[in-house]
Amino acid sequence: MPDMREVFLTTAEEILDTDPDTAVVLADISAAQLAGAARRHPHRVLNVGIREQLLVSTGAGLALAGLRPIVHTFSPFLVERAFEQIKLDLSHQDLGAVLVSYGASYDMPAEGRTHQAPGDVALIDSLPSWYVHVPGHPEEARRLLLDSVPGDDRVYLRLSAQQNASPYFGVGLQALRHGRRGVVVAVGPMLDRVLEATEHLDVTVLYTSTVRPFDAAGLRAAVTGAPDVALVEPYLRGTSAYQASEALADLPHRLLSLGTLRESEVRIYGTLADHDLAHGLDAGSIALSLKEFFR
Amino acid sequence: MSTTRTRLPGLISLMTGDDKHHAAAESTVDVLWVLFDRVLRVTPETLHDPGRDRFLLSKGHGPMAYYAVLAAKGFLDEAELADWSSVRSRLGHHPDRARVPGVEISSGSLGHGLPIALGTAAGLRAQGRDARVVTLVGDAELDEGSNHEAIVVAGRMGLDNLTTVLIDNQSSTHGWPGGIARRFEIEGWAVRTVSGRDHEALYDAFTTDHAGRPLAVVAVVAPKGGH
Repeated sequence: MPDMREVFLTTAEEILDTDPDTAVVLADISAAQLAGAARRHPHRVLNVGIREQLLVSTGAGLALAGLRPIVHTFSPFLVERAFEQIKLDLSHQDLGAVLVSYGASYDMPAEGRTHQAPGDVALIDSLPSWYVHVPGHPEEARRLLLDSVPGDDRVYLRLSAQQNASPYFGVGLQALRHGRRGVVVAVGPMLDRVLEATEHLDVTVLYTSTVRPFDAAGLRAAVTGAPDVALVEPYLRGTSAYQASEALADLPHRLLSLGTLRESEVRIYGTLADHDLAHGLDAGSIALSLKEFFR
Repeated sequence: MSTTRTRLPGLISLMTGDDKHHAAAESTVDVLWVLFDRVLRVTPETLHDPGRDRFLLSKGHGPMAYYAVLAAKGFLDEAELADWSSVRSRLGHHPDRARVPGVEISSGSLGHGLPIALGTAAGLRAQGRDARVVTLVGDAELDEGSNHEAIVVAGRMGLDNLTTVLIDNQSSTHGWPGGIARRFEIEGWAVRTVSGRDHEALYDAFTTDHAGRPLAVVAVVAPKGGH
Protein backbone atom coordinates (compact mmCIF):
# COMPACT_ATOMS: atom_id res chain seq x y z
CA MET A 1 0.00 0.00 0.00
CA PRO A 2 1.33 3.48 -0.86
CA ASP A 3 2.46 5.64 2.05
CA MET A 4 1.07 9.07 2.98
CA ARG A 5 3.51 10.95 0.80
CA GLU A 6 2.77 8.84 -2.28
CA VAL A 7 -0.96 9.17 -1.71
CA PHE A 8 -0.57 12.93 -1.31
CA LEU A 9 1.31 13.25 -4.59
CA THR A 10 -1.18 11.22 -6.62
CA THR A 11 -4.08 13.06 -5.00
CA ALA A 12 -2.48 16.45 -5.67
CA GLU A 13 -2.10 15.44 -9.30
CA GLU A 14 -5.80 14.52 -9.48
CA ILE A 15 -6.70 17.88 -7.94
CA LEU A 16 -4.59 19.76 -10.48
CA ASP A 17 -6.20 17.80 -13.31
CA THR A 18 -9.76 18.47 -12.18
CA ASP A 19 -9.72 21.91 -10.52
CA PRO A 20 -8.31 24.78 -12.63
CA ASP A 21 -8.26 27.08 -9.59
CA THR A 22 -5.58 25.07 -7.78
CA ALA A 23 -1.80 25.28 -7.92
CA VAL A 24 1.04 23.33 -6.34
CA VAL A 25 4.22 25.06 -5.18
CA LEU A 26 7.37 23.03 -4.57
CA ALA A 27 10.97 23.65 -3.51
CA ASP A 28 12.57 20.73 -5.42
CA ILE A 29 11.29 18.12 -2.92
CA SER A 30 8.79 15.88 -4.78
CA ALA A 31 9.27 17.79 -8.04
CA ALA A 32 10.35 14.64 -9.88
CA GLN A 33 7.19 12.81 -8.82
CA LEU A 34 5.03 15.68 -10.08
CA ALA A 35 6.90 16.15 -13.37
CA GLY A 36 3.99 14.78 -15.39
CA ALA A 37 1.53 17.18 -13.75
CA ALA A 38 3.99 20.02 -14.32
CA ARG A 39 4.08 19.20 -18.05
CA ARG A 40 0.28 19.23 -18.26
CA HIS A 41 -0.14 22.35 -16.10
CA PRO A 42 3.05 24.38 -16.52
CA HIS A 43 1.53 27.51 -14.98
CA ARG A 44 0.01 25.71 -11.99
CA VAL A 45 2.92 23.55 -10.84
CA LEU A 46 5.64 25.91 -9.69
CA ASN A 47 9.00 24.61 -8.55
CA VAL A 48 10.96 27.53 -7.11
CA GLY A 49 14.11 25.51 -6.46
CA ILE A 50 15.64 25.29 -3.01
CA ARG A 51 14.08 28.56 -1.82
CA GLU A 52 11.72 28.03 1.09
CA GLN A 53 11.03 31.70 1.82
CA LEU A 54 9.90 32.12 -1.76
CA LEU A 55 7.99 28.82 -1.57
CA VAL A 56 5.64 30.15 1.10
CA SER A 57 5.43 33.70 -0.31
CA THR A 58 4.58 32.34 -3.75
CA GLY A 59 1.72 30.41 -2.21
CA ALA A 60 0.49 33.64 -0.59
CA GLY A 61 0.74 35.51 -3.89
CA LEU A 62 -1.21 32.78 -5.69
CA ALA A 63 -3.93 33.08 -3.06
CA LEU A 64 -3.95 36.84 -3.55
CA ALA A 65 -4.59 36.23 -7.25
CA GLY A 66 -7.53 33.97 -6.39
CA LEU A 67 -5.98 30.52 -6.74
CA ARG A 68 -5.92 27.79 -4.08
CA PRO A 69 -2.26 26.94 -3.39
CA ILE A 70 -0.96 23.60 -2.11
CA VAL A 71 2.54 24.22 -0.74
CA HIS A 72 4.77 21.25 -0.05
CA THR A 73 8.19 20.31 1.24
CA PHE A 74 9.82 18.57 4.23
CA SER A 75 8.53 19.75 7.60
CA PRO A 76 11.63 21.56 8.93
CA PHE A 77 12.01 23.55 5.73
CA LEU A 78 8.31 24.29 5.30
CA VAL A 79 7.43 25.38 8.83
CA GLU A 80 10.66 26.32 10.57
CA ARG A 81 12.92 27.78 7.92
CA ALA A 82 10.38 30.28 6.59
CA PHE A 83 8.24 30.83 9.65
CA GLU A 84 7.94 34.59 9.24
CA GLN A 85 6.59 34.02 5.75
CA ILE A 86 3.89 31.77 7.23
CA LYS A 87 3.16 34.32 9.95
CA LEU A 88 3.06 37.43 7.74
CA ASP A 89 2.40 36.35 4.15
CA LEU A 90 -0.41 33.94 5.05
CA SER A 91 -1.77 34.68 8.54
CA HIS A 92 -1.31 38.44 8.72
CA GLN A 93 -2.44 38.98 5.12
CA ASP A 94 -5.45 36.77 5.91
CA LEU A 95 -4.70 34.55 2.91
CA GLY A 96 -5.35 30.84 2.73
CA ALA A 97 -3.15 27.94 1.68
CA VAL A 98 -2.82 24.22 2.22
CA LEU A 99 0.66 23.57 3.60
CA VAL A 100 1.58 19.90 3.29
CA SER A 101 4.70 18.65 5.03
CA TYR A 102 6.40 15.30 4.95
CA GLY A 103 8.91 14.16 7.55
CA ALA A 104 6.92 14.63 10.76
CA SER A 105 9.12 14.63 13.86
CA TYR A 106 11.75 12.11 12.83
CA ASP A 107 10.62 10.19 9.74
CA MET A 108 14.12 10.28 8.27
CA PRO A 109 16.05 9.27 11.39
CA ALA A 110 19.33 8.50 9.65
CA GLU A 111 19.41 12.05 8.26
CA GLY A 112 19.73 13.48 11.76
CA ARG A 113 18.48 16.62 13.43
CA THR A 114 18.53 18.84 10.33
CA HIS A 115 15.63 16.85 8.89
CA GLN A 116 13.55 16.71 12.07
CA ALA A 117 10.79 19.13 13.09
CA PRO A 118 9.09 18.03 16.32
CA GLY A 119 8.20 21.68 17.03
CA ASP A 120 6.23 22.29 13.82
CA VAL A 121 2.73 22.01 15.27
CA ALA A 122 3.69 24.17 18.28
CA LEU A 123 4.96 26.84 15.89
CA ILE A 124 1.82 26.81 13.77
CA ASP A 125 -0.14 26.83 17.04
CA SER A 126 1.38 30.24 17.86
CA LEU A 127 -0.77 31.65 15.02
CA PRO A 128 -4.56 32.01 15.17
CA SER A 129 -7.07 30.27 12.91
CA TRP A 130 -5.15 27.39 11.43
CA TYR A 131 -6.51 23.91 10.78
CA VAL A 132 -3.90 21.33 11.74
CA HIS A 133 -4.40 17.80 10.44
CA VAL A 134 -2.20 14.93 11.58
CA PRO A 135 -3.47 11.89 9.66
CA GLY A 136 -2.78 8.44 11.01
CA HIS A 137 -3.30 6.59 7.72
CA PRO A 138 -2.75 7.32 4.01
CA GLU A 139 -6.50 7.17 3.34
CA GLU A 140 -7.06 9.78 6.04
CA ALA A 141 -4.38 11.94 4.45
CA ARG A 142 -6.15 11.72 1.10
CA ARG A 143 -9.52 12.58 2.58
CA LEU A 144 -8.13 15.48 4.61
CA LEU A 145 -6.38 16.91 1.53
CA LEU A 146 -9.53 16.67 -0.59
CA ASP A 147 -11.55 18.31 2.21
CA SER A 148 -8.98 21.10 2.61
CA VAL A 149 -8.85 22.30 -0.97
CA PRO A 150 -12.30 23.94 -1.24
CA GLY A 151 -12.49 27.34 0.46
CA ASP A 152 -9.71 29.60 1.62
CA ASP A 153 -8.79 28.33 5.09
CA ARG A 154 -5.25 28.10 6.35
CA VAL A 155 -4.46 24.41 6.66
CA TYR A 156 -1.39 22.52 7.83
CA LEU A 157 -1.44 18.85 6.77
CA ARG A 158 1.32 16.91 8.52
CA LEU A 159 2.20 13.69 6.72
CA SER A 160 4.26 10.95 8.32
CA ALA A 161 6.01 7.69 7.53
CA GLN A 162 4.32 6.24 10.62
CA GLN A 163 0.75 5.04 10.34
CA ASN A 164 -1.97 2.91 11.91
CA ALA A 165 -3.38 -0.31 10.45
CA SER A 166 -6.82 1.20 9.69
CA PRO A 167 -8.13 4.66 8.81
CA TYR A 168 -10.71 6.51 10.89
CA PHE A 169 -12.70 9.20 9.12
CA GLY A 170 -14.79 10.67 11.92
CA VAL A 171 -14.75 14.35 12.90
CA GLY A 172 -13.35 15.57 16.20
CA LEU A 173 -12.37 13.27 19.05
CA GLN A 174 -13.83 9.81 18.37
CA ALA A 175 -14.11 7.26 21.15
CA LEU A 176 -12.59 3.94 20.03
CA ARG A 177 -12.69 2.37 23.47
CA HIS A 178 -14.64 3.18 26.63
CA GLY A 179 -13.41 2.97 30.21
CA ARG A 180 -13.98 4.52 33.63
CA ARG A 181 -10.53 5.37 34.96
CA GLY A 182 -9.70 8.25 32.62
CA VAL A 183 -9.19 9.40 29.05
CA VAL A 184 -6.29 8.93 26.64
CA VAL A 185 -6.19 11.12 23.53
CA ALA A 186 -4.20 9.55 20.67
CA VAL A 187 -3.23 11.83 17.78
CA GLY A 188 -2.67 10.48 14.27
CA PRO A 189 0.03 7.78 14.04
CA MET A 190 0.02 7.31 17.83
CA LEU A 191 -3.28 5.42 17.78
CA ASP A 192 -2.30 1.78 17.29
CA ARG A 193 0.44 1.95 19.92
CA VAL A 194 -1.95 3.68 22.34
CA LEU A 195 -4.55 0.93 21.79
CA GLU A 196 -1.85 -1.65 22.50
CA ALA A 197 -0.60 0.25 25.56
CA THR A 198 -4.10 0.59 27.04
CA GLU A 199 -5.20 -2.99 26.40
CA HIS A 200 -5.32 -3.80 30.09
CA LEU A 201 -6.32 -0.35 31.36
CA ASP A 202 -9.89 0.70 32.13
CA VAL A 203 -9.68 3.93 30.13
CA THR A 204 -11.47 5.67 27.29
CA VAL A 205 -9.35 6.07 24.15
CA LEU A 206 -10.16 9.05 21.93
CA TYR A 207 -8.65 9.40 18.48
CA THR A 208 -8.27 12.43 16.28
CA SER A 209 -6.46 13.37 13.07
CA THR A 210 -7.38 17.05 13.54
CA VAL A 211 -5.73 18.82 16.48
CA ARG A 212 -6.67 22.40 15.54
CA PRO A 213 -9.27 23.42 16.16
CA PHE A 214 -9.11 21.21 19.24
CA ASP A 215 -12.34 19.38 20.04
CA ALA A 216 -12.77 20.78 23.56
CA ALA A 217 -16.42 19.75 23.70
CA GLY A 218 -15.50 16.19 22.73
CA LEU A 219 -12.90 15.95 25.47
CA ARG A 220 -15.28 17.47 27.97
CA ALA A 221 -18.00 14.99 27.06
CA ALA A 222 -15.65 12.03 27.43
CA VAL A 223 -14.48 12.78 30.96
CA THR A 224 -16.37 11.59 34.01
CA GLY A 225 -15.97 12.63 37.63
CA ALA A 226 -12.57 14.08 38.52
CA PRO A 227 -10.90 13.60 35.18
CA ASP A 228 -7.49 12.19 34.43
CA VAL A 229 -6.45 12.92 30.85
CA ALA A 230 -3.36 11.77 28.96
CA LEU A 231 -2.40 13.32 25.61
CA VAL A 232 -0.24 11.23 23.29
CA GLU A 233 1.00 13.38 20.42
CA PRO A 234 3.65 12.54 17.80
CA TYR A 235 5.36 15.95 18.12
CA LEU A 236 6.56 18.22 20.92
CA ARG A 237 5.31 16.98 24.30
CA GLY A 238 2.54 19.19 25.69
CA THR A 239 1.67 20.93 22.42
CA SER A 240 -2.05 20.48 23.12
CA ALA A 241 -1.82 20.74 26.92
CA TYR A 242 -3.11 24.31 26.84
CA GLN A 243 -6.15 23.23 24.84
CA ALA A 244 -6.92 20.35 27.21
CA SER A 245 -6.49 22.57 30.28
CA GLU A 246 -8.85 25.17 28.80
CA ALA A 247 -11.44 22.48 28.06
CA LEU A 248 -11.31 21.29 31.69
CA ALA A 249 -10.66 24.67 33.33
CA ASP A 250 -13.57 24.48 35.77
CA LEU A 251 -12.88 20.89 36.87
CA PRO A 252 -10.20 19.58 39.19
CA HIS A 253 -8.16 17.48 36.76
CA ARG A 254 -4.81 15.82 36.15
CA LEU A 255 -3.05 15.97 32.82
CA LEU A 256 -0.23 13.87 31.38
CA SER A 257 1.46 14.99 28.18
CA LEU A 258 3.40 12.49 26.08
CA GLY A 259 5.23 13.39 22.90
CA THR A 260 8.74 14.10 21.72
CA LEU A 261 11.24 15.21 24.33
CA ARG A 262 11.59 18.87 25.22
CA GLU A 263 14.57 18.69 27.57
CA SER A 264 17.20 17.64 25.07
CA GLU A 265 17.89 17.01 21.40
CA VAL A 266 17.99 13.33 20.59
CA ARG A 267 21.32 13.11 18.78
CA ILE A 268 21.08 9.59 17.40
CA TYR A 269 20.58 8.21 13.87
CA GLY A 270 19.22 4.69 13.51
CA THR A 271 15.61 3.75 12.80
CA LEU A 272 12.13 5.05 13.57
CA ALA A 273 11.90 2.43 16.33
CA ASP A 274 15.12 3.74 17.89
CA HIS A 275 13.62 7.26 18.00
CA ASP A 276 10.28 6.03 19.32
CA LEU A 277 12.20 4.45 22.20
CA ALA A 278 14.36 7.50 22.80
CA HIS A 279 11.26 9.72 23.08
CA GLY A 280 9.24 7.19 25.08
CA LEU A 281 6.73 6.87 22.26
CA ASP A 282 6.87 3.12 21.60
CA ALA A 283 3.93 1.06 22.87
CA GLY A 284 5.87 -0.30 25.85
CA SER A 285 7.05 3.10 27.06
CA ILE A 286 3.57 4.58 26.59
CA ALA A 287 2.09 1.68 28.57
CA LEU A 288 4.51 2.31 31.44
CA SER A 289 3.77 6.05 31.51
CA LEU A 290 0.01 5.47 31.42
CA LYS A 291 0.07 2.76 34.12
CA GLU A 292 1.91 5.09 36.44
CA PHE A 293 -0.47 7.99 35.69
CA PHE A 294 -3.73 6.05 35.99
CA ARG A 295 -2.87 3.92 39.03
CA MET B 1 -11.47 66.96 -6.31
CA SER B 2 -8.18 68.05 -7.71
CA THR B 3 -5.84 65.20 -8.58
CA THR B 4 -2.65 67.02 -9.25
CA ARG B 5 0.77 66.20 -7.90
CA THR B 6 0.95 69.61 -6.26
CA ARG B 7 -1.57 68.58 -3.60
CA LEU B 8 0.59 65.78 -2.25
CA PRO B 9 3.03 67.77 -0.08
CA GLY B 10 0.07 69.31 1.72
CA LEU B 11 -1.46 65.86 2.29
CA ILE B 12 1.85 64.46 3.53
CA SER B 13 2.30 67.36 5.90
CA LEU B 14 -1.03 66.47 7.51
CA MET B 15 0.74 63.34 8.78
CA THR B 16 4.31 64.54 9.30
CA GLY B 17 3.39 67.97 10.60
CA ASP B 18 6.33 69.10 8.53
CA ASP B 19 6.20 70.85 5.18
CA LYS B 20 9.68 69.62 4.34
CA HIS B 21 8.66 65.98 4.98
CA HIS B 22 10.79 63.08 6.11
CA ALA B 23 12.99 61.23 3.68
CA ALA B 24 11.13 57.97 4.12
CA ALA B 25 7.81 59.67 3.41
CA GLU B 26 9.07 61.47 0.45
CA SER B 27 11.50 59.30 -1.52
CA THR B 28 8.60 57.36 -3.03
CA VAL B 29 6.10 60.11 -3.71
CA ASP B 30 6.83 60.76 -7.38
CA VAL B 31 6.99 57.06 -8.24
CA LEU B 32 3.69 56.41 -6.44
CA TRP B 33 2.04 59.34 -8.15
CA VAL B 34 3.07 58.29 -11.64
CA LEU B 35 1.91 54.72 -10.95
CA PHE B 36 -1.50 55.61 -9.54
CA ASP B 37 -2.10 58.57 -11.88
CA ARG B 38 -1.01 57.11 -15.18
CA VAL B 39 0.06 53.44 -15.09
CA LEU B 40 -2.05 51.22 -12.85
CA ARG B 41 -5.56 50.19 -13.91
CA VAL B 42 -7.13 50.34 -10.47
CA THR B 43 -9.57 52.81 -8.94
CA PRO B 44 -11.67 52.93 -5.78
CA GLU B 45 -14.50 51.46 -7.88
CA THR B 46 -12.42 48.50 -9.14
CA LEU B 47 -10.40 47.63 -6.05
CA HIS B 48 -12.13 44.24 -5.77
CA ASP B 49 -12.13 43.49 -9.50
CA PRO B 50 -10.09 40.29 -10.00
CA GLY B 51 -8.78 41.77 -13.26
CA ARG B 52 -7.39 44.94 -11.65
CA ASP B 53 -3.73 45.82 -11.65
CA ARG B 54 -2.06 45.20 -8.30
CA PHE B 55 0.31 47.49 -6.46
CA LEU B 56 2.20 45.86 -3.56
CA LEU B 57 4.06 48.29 -1.33
CA SER B 58 6.88 46.11 -0.02
CA LYS B 59 8.84 48.90 1.66
CA GLY B 60 6.09 49.46 4.20
CA HIS B 61 7.81 51.95 6.49
CA GLY B 62 7.27 55.65 5.90
CA PRO B 63 3.89 55.15 4.17
CA MET B 64 2.86 58.81 4.30
CA ALA B 65 3.36 59.34 0.57
CA TYR B 66 1.36 56.16 -0.07
CA TYR B 67 -1.56 57.31 2.07
CA ALA B 68 -1.40 60.76 0.47
CA VAL B 69 -1.60 59.28 -3.03
CA LEU B 70 -4.43 56.95 -1.99
CA ALA B 71 -6.28 59.97 -0.58
CA ALA B 72 -5.63 62.07 -3.67
CA LYS B 73 -6.99 59.22 -5.82
CA GLY B 74 -10.12 58.78 -3.73
CA PHE B 75 -9.33 55.46 -1.98
CA LEU B 76 -9.19 57.31 1.36
CA ASP B 77 -10.86 60.39 2.76
CA GLU B 78 -8.14 62.96 3.27
CA ALA B 79 -9.77 63.95 6.56
CA GLU B 80 -8.37 60.66 7.91
CA LEU B 81 -4.77 61.65 7.36
CA ALA B 82 -4.38 64.11 10.23
CA ASP B 83 -5.40 61.45 12.74
CA TRP B 84 -3.04 58.81 11.38
CA SER B 85 -1.38 56.33 13.75
CA SER B 86 -3.83 57.12 16.55
CA VAL B 87 -5.80 54.28 18.07
CA ARG B 88 -8.87 55.57 16.25
CA SER B 89 -7.16 55.49 12.85
CA ARG B 90 -6.81 52.65 10.37
CA LEU B 91 -3.65 54.29 9.01
CA GLY B 92 -0.58 53.06 10.88
CA HIS B 93 3.15 53.43 10.44
CA HIS B 94 2.93 50.25 8.41
CA PRO B 95 -0.12 49.74 6.19
CA ASP B 96 -2.71 47.05 6.93
CA ARG B 97 -4.47 45.46 3.95
CA ALA B 98 -7.38 44.34 6.10
CA ARG B 99 -8.18 47.93 6.99
CA VAL B 100 -7.06 50.31 4.25
CA PRO B 101 -8.91 50.31 0.92
CA GLY B 102 -6.57 49.83 -2.02
CA VAL B 103 -3.76 48.36 0.07
CA GLU B 104 -3.00 44.94 -1.43
CA ILE B 105 -0.55 43.70 1.23
CA SER B 106 0.20 44.51 4.83
CA SER B 107 3.89 45.36 4.97
CA GLY B 108 6.56 46.56 7.33
CA SER B 109 8.87 43.59 7.71
CA LEU B 110 11.23 43.86 4.74
CA GLY B 111 11.59 41.36 1.94
CA HIS B 112 8.02 40.12 1.60
CA GLY B 113 6.52 42.21 -1.19
CA LEU B 114 8.53 40.99 -4.15
CA PRO B 115 8.17 37.27 -3.30
CA ILE B 116 4.41 37.68 -2.84
CA ALA B 117 4.21 39.73 -6.04
CA LEU B 118 5.88 36.87 -7.91
CA GLY B 119 3.18 34.50 -6.70
CA THR B 120 0.44 36.95 -7.63
CA ALA B 121 1.87 37.49 -11.10
CA ALA B 122 2.15 33.72 -11.57
CA GLY B 123 -1.44 33.27 -10.38
CA LEU B 124 -2.80 35.92 -12.74
CA ARG B 125 -0.89 34.34 -15.62
CA ALA B 126 -2.27 30.90 -14.74
CA GLN B 127 -5.77 32.39 -14.93
CA GLY B 128 -5.08 33.99 -18.29
CA ARG B 129 -5.55 37.53 -16.97
CA ASP B 130 -3.59 40.43 -18.42
CA ALA B 131 -3.44 42.36 -15.14
CA ARG B 132 -0.12 43.77 -14.08
CA VAL B 133 1.59 43.42 -10.69
CA VAL B 134 3.88 46.22 -9.54
CA THR B 135 5.83 46.08 -6.29
CA LEU B 136 7.92 48.81 -4.70
CA VAL B 137 11.08 47.94 -2.78
CA GLY B 138 13.92 50.00 -1.36
CA ASP B 139 17.60 49.50 -2.15
CA ALA B 140 18.39 48.63 1.47
CA GLU B 141 15.44 46.26 1.49
CA LEU B 142 17.12 44.44 -1.36
CA ASP B 143 19.61 43.19 1.27
CA GLU B 144 16.96 40.65 2.33
CA GLY B 145 17.74 37.28 0.74
CA SER B 146 14.08 36.58 0.04
CA ASN B 147 14.23 39.22 -2.69
CA HIS B 148 17.10 37.43 -4.39
CA GLU B 149 15.13 34.20 -4.38
CA ALA B 150 12.35 36.05 -6.20
CA ILE B 151 14.62 37.92 -8.63
CA VAL B 152 16.08 34.63 -9.87
CA VAL B 153 12.82 32.74 -10.21
CA ALA B 154 10.83 35.61 -11.78
CA GLY B 155 13.54 35.88 -14.41
CA ARG B 156 13.47 32.14 -15.16
CA MET B 157 9.67 32.12 -15.29
CA GLY B 158 9.66 35.04 -17.71
CA LEU B 159 6.97 36.80 -15.68
CA ASP B 160 6.41 39.81 -17.93
CA ASN B 161 3.35 40.87 -15.95
CA LEU B 162 5.62 41.60 -12.96
CA THR B 163 7.32 44.95 -12.39
CA THR B 164 9.62 45.82 -9.50
CA VAL B 165 10.29 49.48 -8.90
CA LEU B 166 13.32 49.92 -6.71
CA ILE B 167 13.78 53.23 -4.94
CA ASP B 168 17.53 53.72 -4.84
CA ASN B 169 18.58 56.21 -2.19
CA GLN B 170 21.91 54.41 -1.68
CA SER B 171 21.08 53.25 1.81
CA SER B 172 22.11 49.59 1.50
CA THR B 173 24.72 48.91 4.17
CA HIS B 174 27.15 46.97 1.99
CA GLY B 175 26.11 48.37 -1.39
CA TRP B 176 25.80 46.71 -4.80
CA PRO B 177 29.06 46.78 -6.79
CA GLY B 178 28.33 47.40 -10.44
CA GLY B 179 24.96 48.90 -9.56
CA ILE B 180 21.63 47.42 -8.58
CA ALA B 181 20.49 47.17 -12.19
CA ARG B 182 23.14 44.48 -12.82
CA ARG B 183 21.54 42.25 -10.18
CA PHE B 184 18.31 42.18 -12.17
CA GLU B 185 19.85 42.16 -15.66
CA ILE B 186 21.98 39.11 -15.01
CA GLU B 187 18.84 37.17 -14.01
CA GLY B 188 17.04 38.06 -17.23
CA TRP B 189 14.99 41.08 -16.26
CA ALA B 190 14.45 44.10 -18.50
CA VAL B 191 15.86 47.03 -16.55
CA ARG B 192 15.52 50.81 -16.78
CA THR B 193 17.35 53.22 -14.50
CA VAL B 194 15.79 56.66 -14.27
CA SER B 195 15.48 59.63 -11.95
CA GLY B 196 12.92 58.90 -9.26
CA ARG B 197 11.78 62.51 -9.59
CA ASP B 198 11.28 62.70 -13.35
CA HIS B 199 7.65 61.87 -14.09
CA GLU B 200 8.07 61.52 -17.84
CA ALA B 201 11.12 59.29 -17.45
CA LEU B 202 9.30 57.14 -14.88
CA TYR B 203 6.23 56.82 -17.09
CA ASP B 204 8.42 55.92 -20.03
CA ALA B 205 10.23 53.30 -17.92
CA PHE B 206 7.00 51.74 -16.63
CA THR B 207 5.69 51.44 -20.18
CA THR B 208 8.88 49.96 -21.62
CA ASP B 209 8.26 46.98 -23.86
CA HIS B 210 9.55 43.90 -22.01
CA ALA B 211 7.84 40.93 -23.62
CA GLY B 212 8.79 37.64 -21.98
CA ARG B 213 10.76 39.26 -19.17
CA PRO B 214 9.91 40.89 -15.85
CA LEU B 215 10.68 44.60 -15.62
CA ALA B 216 12.79 46.35 -13.00
CA VAL B 217 12.69 50.13 -12.79
CA VAL B 218 15.52 51.55 -10.70
CA ALA B 219 14.32 54.97 -9.54
CA VAL B 220 17.27 56.96 -8.26
CA VAL B 221 16.61 59.58 -5.59
CA ALA B 222 18.89 61.65 -3.35
CA PRO B 223 20.72 59.65 -0.67
CA LYS B 224 18.91 59.27 2.62
CA GLY B 225 19.46 62.36 4.75
CA GLY B 226 20.98 64.16 1.79
CA HIS B 227 18.21 66.70 1.22
